[in-house]
Amino acid sequence: MKWLRTYYAGLVLVCALLASGAQASSELLTFDNDGLRDRYEELSFQFRCPKCQNQNVADSNAPISQDIRQKTYEMLHQGFNDQEIIDFMVDRYTEFVIYKPQMSFVTIWLWIVPAFLLISGLTLLIRLTRSSRQGVPTELTADEQQRLKALMEDKS
Amino acid sequence: MFPEFGQFSLILAWLFSFLLAVLPLVGLKLKNESLLRTAPALAWGMFFFLVVSFGILMNAFLTDDFSVYLVSQHSNSALPWYFKMSATWANHEGSMLLWILMLGGWTVAVTVFARTLNFELKGAVLGVLGLIAFAFLMFILFTSNPFERFLPISPVDGSDLNPLLQDIGLIIHPPTLYMGYVGFSVAFAFAVAALLTGRFDASWVRWSRPWTNVAWAFLTLGIALGSWWAYYELGWGGWWFWDPVENASFMPWLIGTALIHSQAVTEKRNLFKSWSVLLAIFAFSFSLLGTFLVRSGVLTSVHSFAADPERGLFILVILALTIGGSLTLYALNAGKIKTNGQFELVSRESFILMNNILLVVIAFAVLFGTLLPLFADAFGWRKLSVGAPFFNLAFNLLMVVLLCFIAVGQLMRWKKDQLKNWTGFLLAIAAGAIVIALVLPWTLSGELHWQIWLGLSLVFWTAASLIRLVMDKTRHSKSFLAGVRKAGVGFWGMWIAHLGLLVSTTGVVLVSNLDIERDFRMTAGDEVVLENYRFEFESIGKVQGPNYVADQGVINVYRNDKAVAVLNPEKRFYPVKNNVMTEAGIDGNLFRDLYVSLAEPLDDERQVWSIRLQVKPFIRWLWFGAVLMAIGGTLSITDKRYRSTKKGATA
Amino acid sequence: MKIKPLLIIPLIVVLMIFSVFGYALLSGVNPKAVPSALTGDPLPDFKLSRLEDSKKFLTVSDLVGEPMLVNIWATWCASCKYEHPVLNSLAAQGVKIIGINYKDDRAAALTWLSEYANPYSIDIFDPNGDLGFDLGVTGAPETFFVDSSGEVRYRFQGPITDVNWQNKLKAIFDEMA
Repeated sequence: MKWLRTYYAGLVLVCALLASGAQASSELLTFDNDGLRDRYEELSFQFRCPKCQNQNVADSNAPISQDIRQKTYEMLHQGFNDQEIIDFMVDRYTEFVIYKPQMSFVTIWLWIVPAFLLISGLTLLIRLTRSSRQGVPTELTADEQQRLKALMEDKS
Repeated sequence: MFPEFGQFSLILAWLFSFLLAVLPLVGLKLKNESLLRTAPALAWGMFFFLVVSFGILMNAFLTDDFSVYLVSQHSNSALPWYFKMSATWANHEGSMLLWILMLGGWTVAVTVFARTLNFELKGAVLGVLGLIAFAFLMFILFTSNPFERFLPISPVDGSDLNPLLQDIGLIIHPPTLYMGYVGFSVAFAFAVAALLTGRFDASWVRWSRPWTNVAWAFLTLGIALGSWWAYYELGWGGWWFWDPVENASFMPWLIGTALIHSQAVTEKRNLFKSWSVLLAIFAFSFSLLGTFLVRSGVLTSVHSFAADPERGLFILVILALTIGGSLTLYALNAGKIKTNGQFELVSRESFILMNNILLVVIAFAVLFGTLLPLFADAFGWRKLSVGAPFFNLAFNLLMVVLLCFIAVGQLMRWKKDQLKNWTGFLLAIAAGAIVIALVLPWTLSGELHWQIWLGLSLVFWTAASLIRLVMDKTRHSKSFLAGVRKAGVGFWGMWIAHLGLLVSTTGVVLVSNLDIERDFRMTAGDEVVLENYRFEFESIGKVQGPNYVADQGVINVYRNDKAVAVLNPEKRFYPVKNNVMTEAGIDGNLFRDLYVSLAEPLDDERQVWSIRLQVKPFIRWLWFGAVLMAIGGTLSITDKRYRSTKKGATA
Repeated sequence: MKIKPLLIIPLIVVLMIFSVFGYALLSGVNPKAVPSALTGDPLPDFKLSRLEDSKKFLTVSDLVGEPMLVNIWATWCASCKYEHPVLNSLAAQGVKIIGINYKDDRAAALTWLSEYANPYSIDIFDPNGDLGFDLGVTGAPETFFVDSSGEVRYRFQGPITDVNWQNKLKAIFDEMA
């Protein structure tokens, strides 16, 4: 009656699965707390896969991306802060590996140029409108109002 | 034998483009009317031979003519016919030919729809378009000939189309996108023609506006299609990566948006003439820059074609001559443009100028971010990457400012308005928007994100302003419908486009902040609960496609124990190219997308998989907003004033 | 002809950008090549076993002393097989090559070397890729050019071939001697 034994074994297994909430699947990576998960996701988003055609480490399945993700995960649980993890990777892969430009004399221009353009644009806007305002008197001065009044009364 | 006819046809098209470039422009210089009048006929000749050439290339793909090098590299006999057709432009040479074909198409469109345009201006416009065609046909003939052959022994079969491209996206995205890119050449041609002829009167802009709007609408759709395609095709659920090629399409769009607003001012108030000319030159310049970036190999991208520095240099020379030439022309002649008209700091003009400034700054921020790694590398400073973290921050900051202004700007009167007329209303709607943006998401989801609060406040504030606009326009009419009709197509085009912007913004704000993405280890029988959705992994099995073999998962999704969707993510293997591709299982509706993809098999039997599950709220709003923007842009050109009068309007 | 100075600015900016493009194209910029972060720095320290003896451990001081190539390879890497004969001939010419077997199986690697000849003076087994990670290895094969003081001079990504050795890499190696 081997089939009966198999049947009962299967039944027990099914019950065990049901009892465990049928959640036999597990998250691929478990985090000690949600804060670490958020930081992991943020860092995976910022790290660049060194071997791919422009992809971040989160979206790439290349072996080197997996390595970087794994190392990030470990370092997060070892208590390193974000900048330390970034510096660790940059020490090995150069700044190429981080999509978030690290502040330096070269990268500061990323902010200076648009800021400069914005300020120049605003200055231009104000100068254009100021000069036009000077040229167009939209209200009559008191003197001119008098003259207008006189002229109107004159006509009538 | 047939492909050689294609090449011969291309040479004839090139000759026509040469004549089109030279004769009318010489006629302009010598004030010779008959030379100028040759332009339309020459345009048709060029277009005809471009059509023939392109048709022959497409035919080579459709009939599996593997003696043609391109066909053997990018096609295969097992490929479905519609992919063979679109494989024509799935490569550098073929897509360049498509680009030129569209340029020819836009050129003849000008001869058809601008029939009553003054012959001098028309000749100049067609001449400029001919010049561009001439340059690029030379590029194609000398460096990127699509008709190269494998002779005398040709391959028996082809190397197949890249699996990522075997998709409907390939059929519609490039043509739509190119219609936009190339369409800006018409605005460019009008601007240069105006500089050449010295005719800067209002009619120049009136002629130019519809072309610009339609090109912009196509570009909007093209970019949205690209985003949607990347979303469902690449398998990771991303919809914008700030990849150099994506940026190459986004920059002309930003400048194009500034251009349509600037042209509106030029037409209505005869102001910003010089600025509109400059923007028109820039819009097309950014299009050409995109062509350069994608094909020269100076930047790495998932989208770029095979890199070739020699081609890169050729395009760079074309760029230097066209852009440099037009800007030189601008520097010399723009000073002659007379403007008389003024506007106040508080006026619609000034808000549109503000809009222009912000859009141009965004475009240059994106440009600089895209190019800095190249500059740093070329000069040997350091190897660095500039990616999404920078672009998101810069773009979001500037967009917040822009969104603040739109609500006010669209209410402003021309020339002069007084803020005090509006402060009461604006403060009221601002307060309302801030409150609703705080309360609504909180009651619906129980979560509070300051980014959503900020984004939705701006959206609601601008929406309230849109409603006020409609109310003002229809207030004095007999009935609402009569008011709607009276407001005019131009108004409604603007209104719908602005609404589209708000819809897209809502989608972006919500999906960026509420997106949930998790990786799980699953096998048949497992289930996971994510965000009220229960994902049950039913089974995984093998599936055979026309030219691939796939592991296909069956995933049932339930919400509150009610079946919501059945998803079929796949991991496909294409034997010809030895390529593996991830095909996501997606269920989408107006309020959320469920997105499932198979990442990697975790066991040898391929029964246990690492699976990525995503719930993406409101993502479709992003693309629907873009469709609305395109509709709005196209609607405005149906305005009566753009229809040519039968009496041959003075141009 | 009076030209308002403001109008020339777009032209100048554009020409500047184009010159940079031209320069980049002509000087052969390769956006995908990533220089080693360790250039100018000493080889990182490690403690890994020899490939042939799992009980014998080596550190960086065991390797350093003369100019050498440190080659990252694996049996699962197709290009490494392609590169191997070239390494054999270089070793025969007297070039010192250290082999780091990267994320591989010890037995498979030893079999591989006995089949295809062993150009390496020292064979190191890096099963988890720890040394590889510290070196900033992006894939196999990769070769590091290290001078006699143990300083990394250059990192080459991809297989060494006769052509690229003659054209470029030999010069780098000779300069270290």
